[in-house]
Order: sequence, then C-alpha cells, then structure tokens
Amino acid sequence: MPDIKVTPLGAGQDVGRSCILVSIGGKNIMLDCGMHMGYNDDRRFPDFSYVTQNSRLTEFLDCVIISHFHLDHCGALPYMSEMVGYDGPIYMTHPTKAICPILLEDFRKITVDKKGETNFFTSQMIKDCMKKVVPLNLHQTVQVDEELEIKAYYAGHVLGAAMFQIKVGSESVVYTGDYNMTPDRHLGAAWIDKCRPDLLISESTYATTIRDSKRCRERDFLKKVHETVERGGKVLIPVFALGRAQELCILLETFWERMNLKAPIYFSTGLTEKANHYYKLFITWTNQKIRKTFVQRNMFEFKHIKAFDRSYADNPGPMVVFATPGMLHAGQSLQIFKKWAGNEKNMLIMPGYCVQGTVGHKILNGQKKLEMEGRATLDVKLQVEYMSFSAHADAKGIMQLIRMAEPRNMLLVHGEAKKMEFLKDKIEQEFSISCYMPANGETTTIVTNPSVPVDISLNLLKREMALGGPLPDAKRPRTMHGTLIMKDNSLRLVSPEQALKELGLSEHQLRFTCRVQLHDPHSDTDTLGRIYTHLKSVLKSYSIQHVPDGTVIVESIVIKVTSSAEEPNLKVILLSWSYQDEELGSFLSTLLKNGLPS
Amino acid sequence: MAAHLKKRVYEEFSKVSQQVTLEEVPAKKLRLTKPSKSAALHIDLCKATSPTDALQYLLHFARKPVEAESVEGVVRILLEHYYKVFWVNCVWKLDFSKNFACVLESHQVLAQLLDTLLIIGTQLPDKIAVIQRLIDVACKHLSSTYFRVRNKCLQLLGCLGTVDKPLSKETDAGAGAQTSPVRDVQSVISDYFQDQDPRVRTAAIKAMLQLHERGMKIQQTIYNQACKLLSDDYEQVRSAAVQMVWVLSQLYPESIVPIPSSNEEIRLVDDSFGKICHMVSDGSWVVRVQAAKLLGSMYQVSPHFLEQTLDKKLMSDLRRKRTAHERAKELYASGEFSSGRRWADDAPKEKVDTSGVNLIDSGACGAFVHGLEDEMYEVRIAAVEALCSLAQSSPSFAEKCLDFLVDMFNDEIEEVRLQSIHVLRQISTHITLREDQLDTVLAVLEDSSRDIREALHELLCYTNVSTKECIQLALVELLKNLTKYPTDRNSVWKCLKFLGARHPTLVLPIVPELLSTHPYFDTPEPDMDDPFNYLPYLLWCSSQLPGRKQTASSGLEASGVGSGSLESAQNFLQDSLIRVSALQNLETPGAQDLLEFTIRDLQRLGELQTELAGSADFCATYLHCQLLLTKALQEKIWTMAVPLCLKQNAKVSTAARQILDETYKLEFLYSGLETQQIATIHNVRLQAKALQLILTARSKRGVDCVLGVCEKFLQDVESFQRLFMTELPHFQDSFVEKLLELMPRLTACKPLDLVKILQTTLRQSRFIHLKLPEQIHRASATIIEPTGESDNPLKFTSGLVVALDIDATLEHVQDPQTTVKVQVLYPDGQSHIIHPKPGDFRTPGPGRVRLITQVYLSHSAWTEACQIEVRLLLAYSSSSSKPSASKPAWNESMDGLPTSESCIEGTIHLSKPVKVFIMPKPAHR
Repeated sequence: MPDIKVTPLGAGQDVGRSCILVSIGGKNIMLDCGMHMGYNDDRRFPDFSYVTQNSRLTEFLDCVIISHFHLDHCGALPYMSEMVGYDGPIYMTHPTKAICPILLEDFRKITVDKKGETNFFTSQMIKDCMKKVVPLNLHQTVQVDEELEIKAYYAGHVLGAAMFQIKVGSESVVYTGDYNMTPDRHLGAAWIDKCRPDLLISESTYATTIRDSKRCRERDFLKKVHETVERGGKVLIPVFALGRAQELCILLETFWERMNLKAPIYFSTGLTEKANHYYKLFITWTNQKIRKTFVQRNMFEFKHIKAFDRSYADNPGPMVVFATPGMLHAGQSLQIFKKWAGNEKNMLIMPGYCVQGTVGHKILNGQKKLEMEGRATLDVKLQVEYMSFSAHADAKGIMQLIRMAEPRNMLLVHGEAKKMEFLKDKIEQEFSISCYMPANGETTTIVTNPSVPVDISLNLLKREMALGGPLPDAKRPRTMHGTLIMKDNSLRLVSPEQALKELGLSEHQLRFTCRVQLHDPHSDTDTLGRIYTHLKSVLKSYSIQHVPDGTVIVESIVIKVTSSAEEPNLKVILLSWSYQDEELGSFLSTLLKNGLPS
Repeated sequence: MAAHLKKRVYEEFSKVSQQVTLEEVPAKKLRLTKPSKSAALHIDLCKATSPTDALQYLLHFARKPVEAESVEGVVRILLEHYYKVFWVNCVWKLDFSKNFACVLESHQVLAQLLDTLLIIGTQLPDKIAVIQRLIDVACKHLSSTYFRVRNKCLQLLGCLGTVDKPLSKETDAGAGAQTSPVRDVQSVISDYFQDQDPRVRTAAIKAMLQLHERGMKIQQTIYNQACKLLSDDYEQVRSAAVQMVWVLSQLYPESIVPIPSSNEEIRLVDDSFGKICHMVSDGSWVVRVQAAKLLGSMYQVSPHFLEQTLDKKLMSDLRRKRTAHERAKELYASGEFSSGRRWADDAPKEKVDTSGVNLIDSGACGAFVHGLEDEMYEVRIAAVEALCSLAQSSPSFAEKCLDFLVDMFNDEIEEVRLQSIHVLRQISTHITLREDQLDTVLAVLEDSSRDIREALHELLCYTNVSTKECIQLALVELLKNLTKYPTDRNSVWKCLKFLGARHPTLVLPIVPELLSTHPYFDTPEPDMDDPFNYLPYLLWCSSQLPGRKQTASSGLEASGVGSGSLESAQNFLQDSLIRVSALQNLETPGAQDLLEFTIRDLQRLGELQTELAGSADFCATYLHCQLLLTKALQEKIWTMAVPLCLKQNAKVSTAARQILDETYKLEFLYSGLETQQIATIHNVRLQAKALQLILTARSKRGVDCVLGVCEKFLQDVESFQRLFMTELPHFQDSFVEKLLELMPRLTACKPLDLVKILQTTLRQSRFIHLKLPEQIHRASATIIEPTGESDNPLKFTSGLVVALDIDATLEHVQDPQTTVKVQVLYPDGQSHIIHPKPGDFRTPGPGRVRLITQVYLSHSAWTEACQIEVRLLLAYSSSSSKPSASKPAWNESMDGLPTSESCIEGTIHLSKPVKVFIMPKPAHR
C-alpha cells in the first residue's frame, strides 16, 4: 500500500524548532527548519544526522519549505543549508524571503557577538542560503519537479505566513505552519479551500484554549495601558520584533490618535524600522482595512511611535515601550525589565506565549524573586499581565480549519503533549478521522488510497453511455467492460477490439463446454424442440434460434442434443458458451440440469 | 466573434423576411426588417395571414440546415415576435416549438428556446393549459446532458410550476389533474439537488425558492437535502442552500427533527438556526454575509440556542447526557476549554466524554462572536444588524449582547462603529446600562469623527442608566466632549435635555451638587455663559420639564381644554372640528368669528401639545384657507361693476394667491396624509384657481387670454377626477362635484359662460369638512449653523467663491435628498438655489435628518459688508400627474426676482431665514 511517512525532527509534542520530514509518493520534503529558543547548546537545532548519517542533505531532500519568518521556523536554515549541506530549492513566500534574513542576522549577532559563541553560521552563510530560496505567491502552484507540486495558502499569523499544500499525484499533505483563524488589526484570517488532503499537519499551540472575543482582549489591553499611563506608570510590552508588535502598534497608535493622548510610545531596536519598511511594502498581505485605506495613509507609518534609545528608560513620567525579545530571556526587554521591576506603578504586559525556562515564563507563573546572573536577585513588584495576543489558532480555529479542508487524517505538531492529547480526542470524536501526534524522531505512517488516473478511450465511453441510462449518476460506481493497457508509464482503458489491434494480437476465443445428462424418453429432435420452447418461455428477452441443423442457439451459446449409445432414454445435452457469456451459460446449465418440464 | 454572430443573425433574418413577403406573414416582423414598406399594406397583410400558413412556413424554415449559433438568435427573435402577433394561439405555437426542438439538436438552441418559453409562460399567467404544456416540456428536457438546458428547465419549473390553489370555474377534473403535477414539480426539482453540476444544483434550489416566493407551500421533506447542501463544495450552492434552510425554518418552525447519531429530537427552527450559525464561519465571505443576515430574522428560535451564539464554548446544557449523574457533573465543571485570559489556565480539565450528544453543532457556537470579528466588514455589519433585530425581539438577549455591541465601538472601520452605535440606540429600550458599560460607551465621546459623536449623543438621549453616578459620569464626559469639540454644543445640549427628562428621579438627588448650591449660604450667581455651569442647569431643568409642561397647558382650560394630557387635547381638536363642521354656511353671521377663534385655538394647541402640533397646524391652515375664501367671496366686487372696485379686486386676487400657496403647503409640507385629505386640499385649490380665473376674466378685456386659462382650468378639473375617482363619494355638494356634473356643459360652452357658471358654483358650493388622519407631521427645519449672530463679516475676494458651512436639522421631511434645497438671497434680490449632495444628509433618528453641507457664495464687489439670507426650501412639483413638470423653476439660479416675499414657484419655505454677514472685497490688482 502507498503511504505517507511523517517524522518530526522538532516540534513533535513540543513548541520550538519546527522541522518536519515528510515522505510522500517517493519524495522527501522538509517542512520548516527552526531553532529552539529554550536551549543554547546543540539541542537548539534539529538533529539532521537523523537523516543524513553525516553526509550532505541534498541527496535526501527534494525540497525545503519555510512557512514563515519566525526563528522557530527558519532559525536553523543557514546551519542546515551551509553547514550540514543542502543545495536544493528552498521555498518561501515573498515577505518571508524579505524579512527572514534580517531576523537571522539579528539572531546571529546576539549569539556570536554578544555571547561569543563560535562554530556558528556567518553573515555570508545567511546570504548564500538566501540565494537558494525560491519565492512564491499565494495560490500559486509551483512544480518542484515533474511529480511534486506545492501551493501556498494565506495563514494570517504574521506577514507572509503561509500554509502549504504538497501534492504528488493524487496524494497530498497540507502543512499549516503557524496560522490564525481570527483576523487581527493588520492581518486577515487563514483560509484554505476544500482540498481534502490525505493528511493535515496542524500546529496546536492553543489546543485546549478557546479564546474570548478578540475585542474584549483589545479593550482590556487598551484600558490597562491607559490606566497605567494616566497613573504616571511605565508600561513594558516585550514582543518579538515582528508580527505581534505591529498589531499592537497599530492598536495603540489608533487609540492614541482617537483619545488624543500625549505619553510617548517607544519601539526598541533598529531592526524594526527595516522590517516596518517591508510591512509598508507588502500591503497585499495585510487585512481588508489596511488594504483599503493605504491610498490615503499607510497604517504602518506611525505618528506616535518613536524609536527607543537606551537612555530613555530612566526618563521620568509615563511611557509605553515595546522591547524585544518577547520572552524576556535576553536583550533589551530584559534590561528594561530589570530597571522597572521594582516599581509597583509600572506594568508588564506579556502579549504572547513564553517557552519554559525563560524569565517571562517564570514571572507569569507568579515568581516574585528572580535569580539573575552573578547570584543577584531581583524583586518583581511591577504588575504582570498576561494577554493572549499571539496569533495562533485556538482549538476552535483548528477545528474550523479541519472543517474547511476536510482532511482524511490529522497530525498535530507544535504544541504540548498533554494538550495535544485532549485536542486529539476532540478531533477524533467530532470528525471521526484518525489523528496522530508523533514525538520528535518518531515516524508516523499513514496509509493512503490514492486514485489511479486512467485514460479512457472516447469510443468506449460513448458506447457505455449509450448502454446506460440517459444521465450517468456521478455518485454511483458503474462496471464496464474494457481492456487496460499499461505502457510507458501510462494507463489507458480501451475497448478489447482496439487493444487487440494496437497490440497486433489476434483474438482467441475461450469457450466452455459442458454436458448435461437428462432422462427424456423422446427423440433427439423432439427433446431439442422441447428445450427450445422451454428456454423461450424462461428467457424472454434473449434471442433464441432453432437452427435446422439440430442446434439451439441462445446468443452465443450453442446447445446440441445427442442420445447416449447405451441408453436411449438418457440424453446428453451439449452446452458450449464463450467466456463473455459465462453468466448466461452457467445459468443455462443449472437450468437444464433441473430437467425439462413434462 | 459577437459582431460576427450578430451579422449572421441579421443575414438570416433578412433572408427570412424576403420569403415572408411571398408567403404573407405577420406585419410586425416585416416592419422590423423592412421599414420601407407602407403601413397600410402591412395591416392588410396581417389580416390576411392565417396562423397555419405562418406555422407551415416556419417549420419549413426550421428544417433547413442552419448553423447552431445563428439559429439561436433567430429562434429567439422569431418566437418573441410570434408571441406578440399571435399570442392567442399560443398553445398551438407550443406544438410548433416542440417540433422545433426536436428538429434542432443543439443544446445551446434548446436552452435558448426554453428561455423564450419561460418568457412566454410568465406573460401568460392565466393560461393554465399553456403553462401545463410548458411544464411538460421542461420535465422532458430535464434529463438533458447539457447543464444550461437543465438549468433553464428548473428555472421554468420554478417560475411556472403550478401553485396549489383550488382552480376556479369549469375545471373540476382539471383541478384534480392539477394537484398531481404540484407534487411532482417539487419532487422533480428536489431530485436535482444532487446533480453533478454545481450550477444545476444552484438552479434547483433557486427554483425551489422561486416556488416559495410564488406562495407555494414547500414540503418539509426537502429539509434534510437542503441541509446536506450546506456543506457543498461550491459557494453559490451553499449560499442558495442557506436561504433554503432559512425558508424552511420559517415555514415549519415547530416541527421536530431528529439529531443524527442519537435518538434526541429538537425543533426544526433550532436545528436550522444551529446550521445557519455554522455557516457564519464558512470559507466564503459571501455565504458568511448571507448567513449573518438571515440569522437576524429567526425570531422563533429558543432563547438558550440564541444565547449560545454569544459564547464560543459549547455550554453543557446544549448537550444531552445519558445519565443524570453525569449531567450534574458536567454542569459543575462547566467549560472544558480555557478562555486564554489568564496565564497557565489552559491545562486540560476534563477528559473528553464521548457519551454526550451535542444538540447543537459545536462549530455553531459563538456565531455572532465570529461574525463580529470577521475579517470582512460586510460580514461584521451584517452581524451587527442581525444582533439588533434579534435583540429587539428578545430583551434578555439584548442584555447579553450589550457587551459585544459596545466592543464594536472599537472597530477599525468607522462604518461599523457607527452602525453599532445606531443599533445600540435601537435596542436601548430593552437595556439599562451599568456604570462600567456606560464608561466604555462614553469613552467614544472622544472620537474625532463628528458622525460618531453625534450618533453617540443620540444614543445617550435614549439610554436608560441605572444609578445617579452614571448621570454624573455622563455629565462629566459630555463636558469634556464639549471642551474638546465646541462644535458639538447643540448636540450635547439636546443630549442632556433628554437625559434629564428620562431620569428625573436620578437627577434630583444630585441637584445640589450640580448647581453648587448650599443649604444655608447663598452662593454667587453662576455665570450662565460658561458651559460648566450651564450644562448642569440644563440637566436639572429638563428633568423638571415634564411637570412644567403640565402647568402651562392648563391655561387652555378657558378655551375648553380640560387638563393638558394628550387625550384631552385630542378630544379638544376633534371637538373644534366638529363645531366648525356644524357650520353649513359660512356666510351666516358669527360663523366667521367662530372660524377665527377656532383657528386661534388650534394654533395655541399646536404650541402646547407637540404631539398634536402637526394635526392642529394642518387644521388651522385648512380653516384659514376656508376663511379667506369665504371672505373673498363676500367682497363687494361680485355685485359691483368692475372698474369701480379695483382695490377690492386686488385684495381678492391676493387672497386667491394666498390660498393657493397655503394649499401647496398643506399638500407637501405635511406627511401622513391620506388620499382623502389630499383630495380635499385639491378641492380648495380648484376653488382658488376658479377664483383667479374669474378675476382674470373680469379684469382683462378680450377672450383670447381667458381662453388659455380656461383650458388649463378644465384640465385641472379633469386631472382631479382622474386622480381622486375613488374619493368622489365624500364630496357631496362640493365645488368639485358640481363642476364635474356640469363638465359636459363646461367643455362645450364659451369662456365667458364658463366664468359665469364658475361664479355661481363657487358661491353655492358647501365647504368640505376635514377628516383628520391618524397622525400628521409637519415638515420643519432649523438652521443651527450659521447662527446669524456673528458681527464679523465673512470676507472674500469678489468673483471668487467662499464656502459657508450649513448645519441644519430637518424633521418629518420625506425624501430629503431630492426635495430639500438651500436658498441664498443676496441683498440685490439675486437668489441662488443650491442642491446639497445626497451624502450631506444623515439620518440620526427616525423622522429626523441632519443636513451638514457647504454652500458656495460669490458676488461682485460691495462697498460694505451686508447681510445675505440663507434658508431651506422644500421643492415640489405642482402638477401631481407628471412629477417635476417640464422645467422646474428652482432648477437654475435666478436673477432679479422679487423673491423676498413670495415663494419661488414650486418651493415652500422650510425654515426661517438666517442672516449671514458677508463682504466681497474687490480683487487686488
């Protein structure tokens, strides 16, 4: 049986370092190539030796697909392509291709320049890696090779995020990457057509959550920020430089404008400006409102939001600061946090998910004293708010996507095992499809039942049409007679005559002959006559002939009567039929065995 | 290609026509192709032609080999012409067309043919035999392999499929025969719900909907099929299926349907509600809009299903459990999903319990939550509107959806924000805002969009709040609003006025605070120009206002009104009318005095009782007309020679002019009039016109000038008869009735005789009593901006334009976009009429329109600043038979007309004029 094999190298029952290997129809595809935020050692990259046994990856992979530019989905890309070795095509959307190198470069700087790690990829490697990228557009079908084709669908989540349909023949897999089913201030909702893939690989970050209305969250967020600012406190919002940050910026910007507020809003790090530039450019990837109004004013040209300088953190008075990174594990957001943590007037708003082990995770879990490097401890007095702004689909969104795509099988990645388990049960219950959730390195095999396309000759089809009713019922299978010719990798269904002609074969007839003994006192001719009348009464719709040379012919079946030499009353009836009339022939033989009516 | 095709068609056609002349076939066709032939000959031809010949010829033509594409056009034209000429023989022609269809085996042609048959069928709704035949034809071709043929057949069935009304007259047996196709048509159509072609599936559903629209009862059996189609692959099918399901839910709301995979049953309307809710998260936004809209009209749905649309999680009471024990446990640990609001609360709480049966598809939960946060604002608006209509019918739901609507105030698209504010106003009767909700609502007062703020003021006018703190909060926020946007002054005042009037009991306890009075000490008198002092005062006043009104109206008691209540005022109005109607002849002494007093009373009543202002004014104006008329007829001129009474003549002619003006006002300024009243007004107008006619005849020498006027008058009388035929019985002894009786004589006689007849009729005719309709509203307008108080002239360079902002409110104006104009009157008598753009009219509330527009002024240089007048006009077309007569007078700006006094023809003054100081300066060279 043909099957699809899926092996997560990362993100199997885990969040971070997404990297999934898929074998479908003899093709091997790598979906995403991310790094893990929680680790600083070898574990941060997927274990490519699983595939290669220390050789280059090119031989093993037909293509690599990157769903979006977050580092946990593309962070290991230069490592894989340049250090492990891969020269094949890497597919990603245009915005991803534009923004991805900025983030990789930033990541490299932090690791190499700040932490002083060696044996890491270089700027040149990032550039070389990006040369292997093939950009593609939404809903554009790209033929990777003759059999393998991929197609991107809009996924929401971040600018340029896409879901990919991978198709070989009639087998197909859809990989969602990260996606969002509720539109936000700058992006639309994920959408897919009813493509009915054999397997849907979906993220499941919020497998057990059904979020409240987005508007409640927005209102809460604005209210909290507003209150803190009015009180004279400072608000720190750790974000990833790209993605949520832009949404929150638009939210605050419009609020500031509508309410005519004066407190400054800052955005840390220079890379945002570069990235904002891309946001301005890729307007077609944003939501309805931004697309419609950008002629008057591009929403990403902020009036109230200014660039942050390190010295501003000590300024008196209220302010709002967006700082990277989002999980408070390093960098500017952590520095600002240390400065502001002691004042209970200030507020920390965590708008997204925090991986275990990060400072953000600890604070959110209510830790009031933090151990810092060098045995120093930090008292956390400021208010901590968690507000789920991360643009992942919640349980309902996942269900909605399943309903949209109608897959035959489901596979969950990018989530915690315990939560996946819960969602898995839900899915199996609601859709009655099988659902898998492999761990890293564990291979899931899904048996498929691909349909084999066959070319049918028009004549044959027309002949069949003429035989059947006026309108073929599309939903019902129908049997037909024909010859299947398999030649040069092509399958054709033709009429037997044509097949004989094409193959240069002469027709052989296969005939079955059988004798039936019958006690009948009459003469041979009389018996034959009686058989004739009997058959005539039974088989009303068949042509039955009584030929003068002593045979009865029913369609192609020949019936002869001889009396045996020893016993004149014992008549031997000879039946002969061709293979095509097998059914009728066997019917007649049983009929005659039962004897003639007296 | 298209051009080529057309050419082909015409070629064929001209070929036809040549043969046609030989064989004597219908005239109309000939005229179409050969316009040169004389008409007389054609009529002869037409008479001579027998249908049989024509049929023979056409069949002959049909058998000739013609290419499919060109034939299609030819067939269509031929058939349609045929229909016009021999529609009586239609049945027969059907035979022909059937043959025709057999002859030509092209699907394209067949589809086109069916289309034509459809047109024929719809134009012959009463020919049962024809329709029966058409249906047979359609059924026959339903099995075609070409989708368009099937489509057309279904369409035909939908449009013509017989309605199961009992048939009248002779066809008793026919009626029996008629019912069997009825059943057939439905089942035949529903067979095609599973067609392989999505277009045919859509057509099948549409045909079914068509049947429904034509009043045919659709059977419930197709419900399941329709539900299956909701998950079709194609959006047009789903979209139609949603409608179908909705229609069924409206037809059979109470029938019971089973839930699949269990033995539970629920009401059909609930089931379909769940299914349509599900479609709100469909992949296609067209379907989503449709679903959201339809949800708004499903009023019969059970409350707990309705409430589920606001919660994304499936609540436990919408699933059935096998045992009571499990059910209890489920209720206890409600919600198996976390909300994502708090950190780390998303650990799974409960194992999935497979024994539960969902009564509602879990995908359908939170339909409105989904709809309200949809990506497309079209969907969001549809959802808001649906919420509104559902909330209007269910107070408890209104309470629940409040938070969601308030959240919509934060939407990114202004249209959506505005709509949600409007919606909240509409449901405000059902809800009372809590303090926190009010807080969120009031936050929008800072919005920079004027429309939004005003909509919100409007909303506050109608809102109920729960505590006195709310009132204070609102006051503070409104003050803030006023300091930030001073242009909102009027709107804010009005808002406070209503707020106070609505909550007198809540305002009372905070009065000392509001007015900063002290129990013992006299505080210095607050400066009333300062809004911070004025507004609280306004609030207090308005809260006291209902009581004050009561005392004021008691002044009327002298003139017969009991207390000030609405009912007694109504009685008073009726009494006055009855009293006046008792007057048979207005010439009796004292009658005029009575009339005058009544008019005065009515005017006073209108001032006191705002609810009755329209009616009272209307009556007063009408009576005034009568009074004028009577007075005019009593003048001495009628008994004296003409040259002796020039003065009186002038007086009467102004009276006639005035009556005419008043009648136009009566007709166009008041809304809610019925035909009877309009007829009465027209009667008065005719009288006035007759009066004018007589005066003209008397004052002018020569018959020629009178002749034209007479003719016009007679036309008016005729048009009256045409328009108000049904009302004539009410006009006994009236002027009009008498005129109509004399009509044959009038048309025949000479102008001077006519004048004489008119004179006598006028004097003899009785005065018609007015019967008041339920509710009359007088259209009115107030210009808020400019105020006319400014002393600073608006300076601009002569020859260039200056824009003047106009802000006005209109009340009870029908169709303001086309009727309301702005008039600018310059001191030199020049007057300009400006049409505001349709977009300048906003409708903040029922019956009220807000006009915010700019008018452009320009003039040559003046030596000093001078005042111009700006006012609003209501345009009308005086000849009601043909709207907006040849060239409405207000179409162009006019120069040098003495318009300050009299109205421009075709317009009524709608507002008081406002003076604006302007100063065009000579241009610097």
